[in-house]
Amino acid sequence: MTNAPLAMLAELTHRCPLACPYCSNPQELTAKDRELSTEQWADIFEQAAGLGVLQLHLSGGEPASRRDIVELVAAARDAGLYTNLITSGIGLTPRRLQALEDAGLDHIQLSVQGVNARIADRIGGYKGGFERKMHVADHIAQMGFPLTLNAVMHRENLDDLEATIEMAVRLGARRIEVACVQFQGWALSNRAALQPSRDQVDAAKRIVRAATERLRGTLVIDFVPPDYYSDFPKACMNGWGSTGVNITPDGTVLPCHAAETIPGLTFARVTEQPLRDIWYDSRAFNAYRGTDWLPDLCQSCERRDIDFGGCRCQAMAVLGDPSATDPVCRKSPDRAALDALLVQEVSTVDAPDFIYRKL
Amino acid sequence: MGPADVPSLPRGVRRHFDRVRDTPVLLGPERVLMLDQIGCAVLDHVDGQASIDQISDTLAGLYDAEKSEIMADVIAYLGDLADKRLLDVRP
Repeated sequence: MTNAPLAMLAELTHRCPLACPYCSNPQELTAKDRELSTEQWADIFEQAAGLGVLQLHLSGGEPASRRDIVELVAAARDAGLYTNLITSGIGLTPRRLQALEDAGLDHIQLSVQGVNARIADRIGGYKGGFERKMHVADHIAQMGFPLTLNAVMHRENLDDLEATIEMAVRLGARRIEVACVQFQGWALSNRAALQPSRDQVDAAKRIVRAATERLRGTLVIDFVPPDYYSDFPKACMNGWGSTGVNITPDGTVLPCHAAETIPGLTFARVTEQPLRDIWYDSRAFNAYRGTDWLPDLCQSCERRDIDFGGCRCQAMAVLGDPSATDPVCRKSPDRAALDALLVQEVSTVDAPDFIYRKL
Repeated sequence: MGPADVPSLPRGVRRHFDRVRDTPVLLGPERVLMLDQIGCAVLDHVDGQASIDQISDTLAGLYDAEKSEIMADVIAYLGDLADKRLLDVRP
C-alpha cells in the first residue's frame, strides 16, 4: 500500500545570490519567467495538505528572492502546513523577517558556508555574504525565531566542524544539520574538490559523537555522513515515493531533487495534473516505489527494508544504471568502482577549482 | 528534570490534528511525532504554568493511579521531548 507523503520541498525559484559549488539544484536551472505564480503555489499547498503533507520546506535557490515570499508563507499556513524557510539569509531584512513572523512562519533553516568570511564567501562565491548572513542570524535570534543551522561540510571546511557547532550554539540555534555533501546536482561536477579524506571523516564522526553528548538538551545535532565512506547506502528519501515530494520552480513534481537525472522517466507538472494523481498513479513515482523492483542482491538482503537499495540517482551517476544496488553498499560488486573513484579523487594533492553554480 | 520544573512547548513546536491519518501529531523542525493517548494526556497539561509535580498530580487524579508511577512516566516522556529540543524546561 502506498502511504501519503509527509513532507514537501517547494523549490520556489532557482534564483540565488550565492553560487555554492555543491548546490542540490539541477545543472539545468529554471529561469524566472517559468516560475509558478503566487496563486499556483497556494493551490499546490492546499493540494499537499489534502494529500497528507504536514511539513513544508520553502526552498530554492533562495526563496527570499521571491517578492511574494510573505504571501506564500501565509498561504502555506492557511493550508495548515508546518512551514519552514530554507534560506541563505540574504535578502531577509528585519522588516521582511517581521512580516514572515506575522504570516506565521514556523521555523527558519539558515545555511552556513563557513565559520568566517574568508571561507564562507569563497564557497558561496559572494563577497560580503558572510557578514550579511551574521546580521540576519543576530536578528533571527533577537526575534526568538526557532532556528536550525544547515552546515554543508566537505573537504574545505570539515576541519572547522568544532567551530561550526560552536557557532550554532552562539547563534541560539536549537538544531544543526551537519550535512556532508551528497554528490548530486552541482556537487557531482565538483566531487574531487569537495570529497573529504578518510582522516577528516573519522575526526568529524568523533567530534559529532562528543558534541551530541556534551550539548544534549541545548543543541540537537543531525549528522549526514559522507556516504562514499559508508559501508551501507543511505535510505535515500526514506524510500522512493514513500514520504517526500519535491516541486521544482515550474511545477514539475519529483520524488527527489535529483530524479530528473534518471533517463526514461517523465515527470508531470502539477499545473497539468492533480498532485494526488501524480503521487499515487504516475509511472515515475511508482518506478522505484517499495521493494518489488529491487535487484536480487537487495531482495535477499536483511537490510532490504532499511535502505531500500539506497539512492537511485547515485546508482545512475556512478554506474549509469538507476536500477542497480547503490554502489556505496559493500555487498555490491560495483563497490570497487566507487572505491577507485575515491582513491583517485582524494589522492590529488591540490583540489581542482570549483565550478560555481550559475543560472 | 525534577518535580519543580515547569515544561512548555517552545515556539516552533505545536500540536496539530492530522485529518488525513486521523491522528493528533506534534510538529517541530524536521519532526513529526504521532501522539498516542498518553502523549496527548500529558501535553494537555503542559501549559507553561504547571510543574511536573502538578501535572502528575492532575493526571493521577484523572486516571486514578499512583502519583509516583505517573510522575516517572511524565518525566520519561517529557525528558525525551526535551532532549529532542521539542520542549523547554525551566526550574
